[in-house]
Amino acid sequence: MEEINKGRAPVSQKPHVIEKPKHPEYIGGSVKIQINEKDIVIPTGTTILEACRENNIHIPTLCHHPDLCVAGVCRLCVVEVEGMRTLQASCAFPITAPIKIHTSTAMVRKARKHIIDLLLSEHYGECYSCFRNNNCELQSLAKEYGVDHYNYGHITKPRFEIDNSSYSVVRDMDKCVLCKRCVRTCIDLQEVGVLEAIDRGDLTHIGTFFEKPLADVICINCGQCINRCPTGALRANDPRDEIWAAIDDPTKHVVIQTAPSPRAAIGEEFGLEPGNSLTGELNTALRRIGFDKVFDTNFTADLTIMEEGTELLLRLYKALVKGDKTAIVPQFTSCSPGWVKYLEHFYSEYVDNLSTAKSPQQMFGAIIKTFYAQEEKIDPKDIVTVAVMPCSAKKFECNRPEMTDSGFKDVDYGLTTRELAQMIKEAGIHLPEMPKSDFDDPFGNASGAGLIFGATGGVMEAALRTVIELITGNKVESIFENANILPIRGFEGVRYVELPITEVGSVPEILKHFFPDWNWLKGVTLKVAVAHGTANAKKVMEDIKAGGKFSECHFIEFMGCPGGCLGGGGQPIPTSAEIRAKRAEAIYKEEAELPIRKSHENPHVTYIYENFLNEGPCSHKSHELLHTHYVKRGKYIA
Amino acid sequence: MEIKKLERNGKIIFSEYKRGGGIIKALSMKRDEILFELKDSKLKGRGGAGFPTSTKWMLTAASISDEKYIICNADEGEPGTFKDRVLLSEYPELVFDGMVIGGYTIGAKLGIVYLRGEYEYLQKPLEDYLNEMREDNLLGKNILGKEGFDFDIEIFLGSGAYVCGEETALIESLEGNRGEARNRPPYPVNTGYNGKPTSVNNVETLATIPHIILKGAEWFRNTGTDKSSGSKLFSISGDCDKPGVYELPWGTTINELLDLVEAKNIKAVQIGGASGFCYPKSQFDRKLAYEDAATGGSIIIFNENRNMVSVLKNFMEFFVEESCGQCTPCRIGNTKLLEGVKQIEKGVHTFSYINKLRDLGKTMQVASKCGLGQSSPNAFISILDNFKDEVLNYNNGGANGRN
Ligand SMILES: Cc1cc2nc3c(=O)[nH]c(=O)nc-3n(C[C@H](O)[C@H](O)[C@H](O)COP(=O)(O)O)c2cc1C
Ligand code: SF4
Ligand code: SF4
Ligand code: SF4
Ligand code: SF4
Ligand code: FES
Repeated sequence: MEEINKGRAPVSQKPHVIEKPKHPEYIGGSVKIQINEKDIVIPTGTTILEACRENNIHIPTLCHHPDLCVAGVCRLCVVEVEGMRTLQASCAFPITAPIKIHTSTAMVRKARKHIIDLLLSEHYGECYSCFRNNNCELQSLAKEYGVDHYNYGHITKPRFEIDNSSYSVVRDMDKCVLCKRCVRTCIDLQEVGVLEAIDRGDLTHIGTFFEKPLADVICINCGQCINRCPTGALRANDPRDEIWAAIDDPTKHVVIQTAPSPRAAIGEEFGLEPGNSLTGELNTALRRIGFDKVFDTNFTADLTIMEEGTELLLRLYKALVKGDKTAIVPQFTSCSPGWVKYLEHFYSEYVDNLSTAKSPQQMFGAIIKTFYAQEEKIDPKDIVTVAVMPCSAKKFECNRPEMTDSGFKDVDYGLTTRELAQMIKEAGIHLPEMPKSDFDDPFGNASGAGLIFGATGGVMEAALRTVIELITGNKVESIFENANILPIRGFEGVRYVELPITEVGSVPEILKHFFPDWNWLKGVTLKVAVAHGTANAKKVMEDIKAGGKFSECHFIEFMGCPGGCLGGGGQPIPTSAEIRAKRAEAIYKEEAELPIRKSHENPHVTYIYENFLNEGPCSHKSHELLHTHYVKRGKYIA
Repeated sequence: MEIKKLERNGKIIFSEYKRGGGIIKALSMKRDEILFELKDSKLKGRGGAGFPTSTKWMLTAASISDEKYIICNADEGEPGTFKDRVLLSEYPELVFDGMVIGGYTIGAKLGIVYLRGEYEYLQKPLEDYLNEMREDNLLGKNILGKEGFDFDIEIFLGSGAYVCGEETALIESLEGNRGEARNRPPYPVNTGYNGKPTSVNNVETLATIPHIILKGAEWFRNTGTDKSSGSKLFSISGDCDKPGVYELPWGTTINELLDLVEAKNIKAVQIGGASGFCYPKSQFDRKLAYEDAATGGSIIIFNENRNMVSVLKNFMEFFVEESCGQCTPCRIGNTKLLEGVKQIEKGVHTFSYINKLRDLGKTMQVASKCGLGQSSPNAFISILDNFKDEVLNYNNGGANGRN
């Protein structure tokens, strides 16, 4: 929260922060207030809303979101402060004096009811045909205040056209309550700046640059705005109908891959507390729905590590040994399509720093429609591949024209966690009650390294586990207890780690044709960094541009979404730092229990390198199928 | 409407003044002496809100910061107000001297005039005037030999939104953002322009200060009432023979004012512009003063032939358009009030719905984020209350027994 407030100000409003004192026990550090006649001592600078919540006093809110700076625009959270002529927005009122607050006076209740009435009067939408039905803050408020008719009339015609130009995000502004959470998300949290309030008065609405369709502006498809929208005004582009049709078509072989983060979060859609993984249950449910095969994206995450890790070593070899100035380091990860598009727009001069390795989703699509089709003797044109992802940008990614290396569209549909939960419900399945089952062969269960891809720092940790072992010949466990590379974990926006390579082993067979020995790495200090959320990515990129310490890095993991994939734009709503931390906990807990936790030890990976990509990682064939290229999009739109 | 050039006579603002006079006196005083003098004068802001000016300056002066600003609010957007234009075009020395004194008192190095977009034609002459002041060392470094007192003034042209006259929206606009009011607290005196302590003062407030400094608080307090000291510029328009800008002591009654401008057969007076209240004949003995009929200076006069429903409709249309649109009560509330007025106009309203709207207006007054939304229902409520029969029975609306 504080981190965010110090960040770039949103265009429309500069967030004002009153710093909370480091020592509330010092004089002036705290203040005694009264809420509803009860005396309370709080640190100076606490907002009225925070003070109330800490004391279990419920205040309704709409524009407030724990991830975002204060807006104070919906006015639902108003309370009475003695001595003040007007009601005060509790979310925006930092307490610095011994005030007396009343949270439920007649005036306050009436004002809140009026505000809900007003919002509803302009709200064009029907709950039963809305994806936020039963998970909508406006709907809940209407219920909380017992709205049983429209006091101030009700709009009967839509005012806006639905914008479904984007592969990822659909905007239905008739359901917008102008809370500006999306604006603050896009400008302030993500620092992309696609959305802003346009026009004044009764014409005010949220729009894009010159009202262009979302597909034509610099939207990176992260979907973070969807996750923070209180209503159904923003949603992901939903492919459920097409997928059901494929499932129901007997000529189609429908294969689904599931990413690590959806498993750690999908339980939330079924009423479970955040932090309960349902991997085995989900496998069973997917088969019952009618998917012909259920695969683990972690398998291609392992493959990504092999490809991306080899690519990194090749870049370093070129730079350190060959002294080749054209070797481009640091290498950037490329598995987050939100991040990739961000870079293509804002730092397009750095596209060559991106690893050419495709994301696990796209690798899997390509492998299914080639290797798997071959092994199972199925015509790839009859295969439909679906990817369950925590991410809305994955929908865009699978539609990139580059992603057809199998000769077909490698991944047919990107499905979000939310949409999958919906399909499961439609199939009459209560997920938490499903028996557990494993993933299908020939890819089976993957390593834990792939699983932790779901959390920020996970790709880096997975890569380091493999790179350390391949280079030194020693077990990671000899350096990091239980192979948990803790310095790289956590939620700090940007993290930086140095790993001196003091000893080297012999080059494994699979890489011998690239490197005669590892001696050139001896004495090198490996510098790596992790950034999550594009606002943090921006910090690192600006530092690189300025020639700062991150420009000296060898490898940097970037994730488009705050928290990494577990905080992706396709994950269950709501989201908050606390929820994301619980999802991460679930992922790390599940991972710690897996028998195999390093990508290069995954027997299915070894198998594919022996039987299909038999020239090894970064070979000609793997380049054809598993690597890609990027587009210099630039910041300016036509 | 043409504003007749009247003789500018008045006890305070239009009293005699020579450029630089207030500055010379102020620079011979200590800062807290100036603050004390202002406090003693009981000067309150002339922009509408009526906040004690000495308190505002004291808070800005007490705020610790490397940079501070004094901003002259010359956005003058309130319908029916044109007194700031008169000051800027005819008495710039008063306004600018007030800013210099303010800069000295609060410790600002820069003053900014936020000039209403429509007053663009004033920019050039004002810039020229500032250059003359620079030549005379009334601006610049070590002003009039006062070691370490550097101060200059810039003019910023506004972009034509009424809400940008609201001080925090004004600051947002100055910073290049959408003109939207900020959350308060923190107030501009602590966190204003560029996050630095800022005092935003109305043109007229600033123009009054050199007189007070020069002639003393007691002289100032001799005019006006106990709670509303001094005099006020009124922009008077509407149904009268002598519209224009008048300087009158606070405490003048509405009747006295109507006589002065030769207004006859008057039914209603809107005091305080669109955001003010509408007074019926029965209340014309009320005093123009902060404690009674308060106003930033706009007086609009309506005679017997005026139709109060169209008067109200005009005001509501103004707010529906001028709301910045960020907060719910103001954005949608004003639309609802206007819809209600349109129902009345067509005679299809019900009493109970109009009452519901009045109730909504009460919420808007307390729950809106800034002064615009808080004051936008004033006209609706006061016209409804004071001209009930005319409004509710309009177009035979009440006759059908609707309720
Ligand atoms: C919607 C709105 C419009 C305003 N417009 C003006 C204006 O045009 N000029 C002005 O001086 N004050 C205006 N104000 C009042 C200012 O917010 C502020 O109170 C004033 O500039 C302070 O100066 P003062 O203390 O000298 O009156 C407006 C307030 C609101 C809510
Ligand atoms: S956004 Fe909410 S209130 Fe509106 S239709 Fe959807 S569920 Fe109902
Ligand atoms: S998807 Fe991301 S980039 Fe696009 S509008 Fe939403 S927050 Fe902004
Ligand atoms: S689109 Fe959603 S998040 Fe954005 S302002 Fe509207 S309701 Fe709020
Ligand atoms: S009251 Fe009106 S003008 Fe003021 S912030 Fe709210 S919407 Fe904007
Ligand atoms: S939640 Fe406080 S104003 Fe919206």
